[in-house]
Amino acid sequence: MTVTLETDRAVTLETDTLARARAAAARVTDPEMPMLTLVDIGVLRDVSLEDGRVVTTITPTYSGCPAMATMRDDLQRELQDAGFPDAEVQVSLTPAWTSDWITEKGRQALAVAGISPPGAAPRRTGPVALTLLPTQRDVHCTLCGSANVRLTSEFGPTACKAMYQCRGCLEPFEHVKEI
Amino acid sequence: MTSPDPASAPDASTPDRASAPDASAPDASAPSHASSGPEPEIHVDHDDHDNAYSGLLVNDAHWAFGTDFEDPLAGVETTVPEGVDADELAAYCLMLGDDALVFSQRISEWCSNAPDLEEDIALANIALDLLGQARLLLARAAAADPGLVPQLPEDSPVPDEDRLAFFREDLDFRNVRLAEVPNGDFAEAVAKILIFSTWRLAIFEKLQASKDSVLSAIAVKGVKEMSYHRDFAARWVLTLAQGTEESRRRVIAALNGLWPLWAELFETHPVESAVAAAGIGVNPAEIEGEVDVIIEQVFAAGGLDRPERGALAGVRGKKGRDGLHTEALSRMLAEMQVVARAHPRGQW
Repeated sequence: MTVTLETDRAVTLETDTLARARAAAARVTDPEMPMLTLVDIGVLRDVSLEDGRVVTTITPTYSGCPAMATMRDDLQRELQDAGFPDAEVQVSLTPAWTSDWITEKGRQALAVAGISPPGAAPRRTGPVALTLLPTQRDVHCTLCGSANVRLTSEFGPTACKAMYQCRGCLEPFEHVKEI
Repeated sequence: MTSPDPASAPDASTPDRASAPDASAPDASAPSHASSGPEPEIHVDHDDHDNAYSGLLVNDAHWAFGTDFEDPLAGVETTVPEGVDADELAAYCLMLGDDALVFSQRISEWCSNAPDLEEDIALANIALDLLGQARLLLARAAAADPGLVPQLPEDSPVPDEDRLAFFREDLDFRNVRLAEVPNGDFAEAVAKILIFSTWRLAIFEKLQASKDSVLSAIAVKGVKEMSYHRDFAARWVLTLAQGTEESRRRVIAALNGLWPLWAELFETHPVESAVAAAGIGVNPAEIEGEVDVIIEQVFAAGGLDRPERGALAGVRGKKGRDGLHTEALSRMLAEMQVVARAHPRGQW
């Protein structure tokens, strides 16, 4: 009986610890888009306990994403403040990040901040086709809601964004690319 | 009020006393945190803002990126798959990594020089994606064959991929020579990116099926990124080809100038043929057809003729993959590596 009780207690303790670690990790925001947490953007893949140590796993959005080191440092700091000084942050390259992992809450936060959230990522079968005309997306102006917008560049201030301008109200805005 | 205890500092009761901590009272034993002062919190508050940089020193959470070294493959399983020759895998990663590193450096030379801000940012983004690929590939090369990594002083914090990037000589680089061609005008830039990204994208599409899980993961990500690079370059080549007489003249001149480096892209080096046979790499000769189809598509849309130019010879048959390069690479590396080489301990 005692053994069972103690096991139960240990399990509860572990669940509590994991919940605290998850909550701490979920507070960390993206350094370039601070309106999103790492959970919202789909970068935080896992929080687990290994031999009593917290191990978090993150995945880069783009290969050259310069924010990875900062995300790792921010995670480690937040976990340290939550009482996990020996927390470890691991990088996972597979499966590759897709904009589909941005949560509904994340999409709303983007829209509120004036950044157009991504549509569904392309599902490819076979070779990637060349697209000589500008990519067609269902994008609306983040200021006035008009669908009469034009793509000004497929590349923006961060690797994950394209730039648009509204033809109606002339507002320039960013759109998170579908990948 | 802000005045300190008049009894202990009778000559320092001016109103700006609190805001000028270095005009300290004769009894210097009563600085801001002194427990003897009646209102210590005023000084504490003020000292924090006295120095514009103090906030940065206290909280380094908001420092710029890159102040710390980290392993880009931290936690990634880097065991070499069974039946695969680790040295060959490493040599192959070096080839693909050097292509990306050298070409990324070339494109980043465009920073602040493009015809307009949008294109400047686009070029910087493309360079950044390739730099990210280079970093992962060089780290993968180092993990597979640590013997490739240049030795540095024992206390050097420089990580393996940086050692490979900054502490190897030109003859150790394995990139194709197209990647090192010195920049010309904007037409040359987009023509070069079109050829390079069409070729590399075709390789990466096949590489997604690599038996090496790290290479496969790098390829899956790279395919997504380079699809954007190729579209960007193809649209610009088209725009210039169908633009003015001058823009058309320039893009044709650029393609003619680059064409001597086309053939080298599809020549199979023994390392490439070995890794292709082992199921971890791609034989570039096998993708020539696909690359041709895409390039012809762009040429047809732009009304461009395929250039007729002979291939640039190697030195006794040896070319980029063998470590024999044009002089341009040496000059580029001199500039790229000089700071790292001056500070191998990462300190100054």
